Amino acid sequence: MGVEQTKTLGDGFVTTSLDKLVNWSRAKSLWPMTFGLACCAIEMMATGAARFDLDRMGVLFRASPRQADVIIIAGTVTHKMLPVIKTVYEQMPEPRYVIAMGACASSGGIFDTYSVVQGIDEHLPVDVYIPGCPPRPEGLLYGLMKLQEKIMKERNSFGNAIGVGEIVNEA
Amino acid sequence: MSMQVVEKLKGTFGALVLASGEYRDETTVTVERSEIVKICTFLRDDCGYNFLSDLCGVDYLGRTPRFEVVYNLCNLTDKTRLRVKILVEERDPCVDTVSGIWSTANWHERECWDLMGISFNGHPDLRRILMPADWEGFPLRKDYPLQGPDREPYQGRLS
Repeated sequence: MGVEQTKTLGDGFVTTSLDKLVNWSRAKSLWPMTFGLACCAIEMMATGAARFDLDRMGVLFRASPRQADVIIIAGTVTHKMLPVIKTVYEQMPEPRYVIAMGACASSGGIFDTYSVVQGIDEHLPVDVYIPGCPPRPEGLLYGLMKLQEKIMKERNSFGNAIGVGEIVNEA
Repeated sequence: MSMQVVEKLKGTFGALVLASGEYRDETTVTVERSEIVKICTFLRDDCGYNFLSDLCGVDYLGRTPRFEVVYNLCNLTDKTRLRVKILVEERDPCVDTVSGIWSTANWHERECWDLMGISFNGHPDLRRILMPADWEGFPLRKDYPLQGPDREPYQGRLS
């Protein structure tokens, strides 16, 4: 990070691009919405607890969608629950991200029935899909790290926030 | 023990008791649909069945009459159980409500209507309980497509 500037500015300065700074602050403080739907939520709780400890990555579960950056769809989404999830998602401030955790959230999983949404990506823009039924905490950790990588690759994220241009996503 | 109740029931209602039987210590009586409220009131007040542990609908697709409503009664005093069945026609699937006898029947009847499409006359609040409020159709009926009406039925694995 930064160019050699010790001669002009001294030791107390680091230079970087605005994108990197903004993306770094977003990626390293991903606050998920506390929202569990099924057995995946148990794994999500285990990931947040002492053994796997999401807090060490700056991932702190928030109790309000107003304070959340990412919603982890952890479990089976029924048609009855879908309006609730949509409402929660709409209440989250931008930039917001969606993780589809497990087979049910990604594709409906084993519940190929009239009452279950066949993948949350029919209704919300999913950033990361995590396979597994349910995924182990390592899987969720890996998915969150993949989301952090994705956020770090965004360009013009600050410009988009102040209304200048769109976010450019390049893999 | 419950067979004594069946005899009592037959003594009071006679031909309204259509059939009765005992299988593995479980007693079942089939009664006339139109008199279910009278019979249930009698069972609660005079036979001690003070608890309705379950009420559900059954779909025997292809049989006439197509539906059954099953009342699983429990006597909490002497811990006996009785199963009461009524036959329901497909053409006019409606039964008188027993929510005035056991108030727990309120939600059970809502569930039965929601999933099986059997309506209950005189129910105080007959609306969907499990499915979304704007759902169409009754998904627990045997002729309801498992994956929903708007999807192609599953044809088996392609590979």
